Amino acid sequence: MNTLLQIIYLFASITFIVGLKMLSHPLTARKGNLFAALGMTIAIFGTVLIHDLEISSLKYVLIFSALIIGTALGWISAKKVKMTQMPEMVSLFNGMGGACAALISLIEYHHYIGVNTAVISILAGLIIGSISFSGSMIAFFKLNGTIKKNYSLPLKNTVNNLFLIGILIFAVYIQINNLPEIYTYILFVISLIYGVLFVLPIGGADMPVVISLLNSFTGLAAATGGFLYDNKLMLTGGILVGSAGTLLTFVMCKAMNRSLSSVIFGSFGSSSSTVSGGSGKELGNMKEISASDAAVLMNYSKKVVIVPGYGLAVAQAQHIIHELELLLESKGVEVKYAIHPVAGRMPGHMNVLLAESNVDYGKLSEMEEINPDFVNTDVVLIVGANDVVNPAANNDPSSPIYGMPILEVEKAKHIIVNKRSMNAGYAGIENELFYDPKTSMLFGDAKKAVTELVAELKQM
Amino acid sequence: MENFILDNLELFYFVILAIFVGIEVIGKVPSVLHTPLMSGANAIHGVVILGAIIVMLNCNDNDYLNLSLGFIAVLLGTLNVVGGFVVTDRMLEMFKKK
Repeated sequence: MNTLLQIIYLFASITFIVGLKMLSHPLTARKGNLFAALGMTIAIFGTVLIHDLEISSLKYVLIFSALIIGTALGWISAKKVKMTQMPEMVSLFNGMGGACAALISLIEYHHYIGVNTAVISILAGLIIGSISFSGSMIAFFKLNGTIKKNYSLPLKNTVNNLFLIGILIFAVYIQINNLPEIYTYILFVISLIYGVLFVLPIGGADMPVVISLLNSFTGLAAATGGFLYDNKLMLTGGILVGSAGTLLTFVMCKAMNRSLSSVIFGSFGSSSSTVSGGSGKELGNMKEISASDAAVLMNYSKKVVIVPGYGLAVAQAQHIIHELELLLESKGVEVKYAIHPVAGRMPGHMNVLLAESNVDYGKLSEMEEINPDFVNTDVVLIVGANDVVNPAANNDPSSPIYGMPILEVEKAKHIIVNKRSMNAGYAGIENELFYDPKTSMLFGDAKKAVTELVAELKQM
Repeated sequence: MENFILDNLELFYFVILAIFVGIEVIGKVPSVLHTPLMSGANAIHGVVILGAIIVMLNCNDNDYLNLSLGFIAVLLGTLNVVGGFVVTDRMLEMFKKK
């Protein structure tokens, strides 16, 4: 063991821990990320250059060209990606890490046949890494719209569980019988298939939770590499991400009032059928509003609260909504944004999107902060949000989303809802808010509808 | 089994402490930062690339199959690390300009 390399690893471990800590605070987050990146860079160069091995120039050429190509590709794709596509990008990079871990195991297995502890970490890394890779790729294709349907096999939970048990038994069988390496390739393939089966039935709106879970899987896969090589930095990084990622997964579930098992094993999130509201009461009539009427209503208000949701992210309406906000402010209207913790495509995603279009950070209000304010609000403009404003979560115990914290927009004087169509939200439940006498519906694509509102307001 | 535990005792302590550190450091994260934090953590598990480099260093020069697999592993690991940190930085850049 080289002392200098170990000191580098020690330093890098500190950058990971401190970096994560700084990442969880808004003021220090950016520095934290860069600090961890610094530690990682030094650790990578240290590993390549500091050792006592005789390395042929061929291998140096291979290693450095892989590093250079990977850096160029990673850098360019990360710089080019649109802010709205962030979630699938994270998923893609996560998959790469998983594949990396799986490949390491494939290569190393035959060096360690018969060495029990090493084989256990190799096989564990292989299984976890492969699942993380194929699962992340499916999540990637689902989020970017390549895979639109939620394929659901009959008895999928039973099939999946049996599949997983089969994988584990097969791995133990390989380990006990010291089977040749070809068997690890079979294990690799069936683990890949399991990753696909695992993610395929899960609905698009639950993808953030799945990505976060797969993120912690990849962390574990990295940690198994740490066991294998007795590399403390891989262990620290892997386990930190494994545990922090698991916690983050639970926090995200909580914000959506979903349990992890309902995300994975599916209840309403994965089914395409409409769950009835439960109460069975008559919902009444819904009224539509034109863009010009909506513009008039907002023009003569004192206070407008905008509730942006998934629909806004999909339609990329974040810039035009900022224009609407500025226009209203210039007319003396007070404008605020109410951000539900899970608005957008990932928790916190809406804040990133609005920040991108230069919305003042101070105008974004979190749920707890804005809820008491709705009573004094003249107009609430809901753009592409549905379940997060469904009053059934507060007052209908039979509703599947009962208990989920929501934005209590129904307390405002007027509510304007922009939606593409009357389809139910991702939970597939009716929203009685739309039938409230105070509510008017402004149908159309979020970007188009808000653009019309801006045009109308400009004429006033 | 007993040997396995005794031989790796330090490692077990290490793992358990690291788990708690992981939970503690992100314990009070506001929901605004969930996405960047997930992305930052994603970059950090790219540390798996060290394993890929070690594999390459120890690989035989004429073992072309494993050299190519190792090459791909280093490439993918680099994508994870670089892409992860750059994407996170881009997200956090948005928060800075107030």
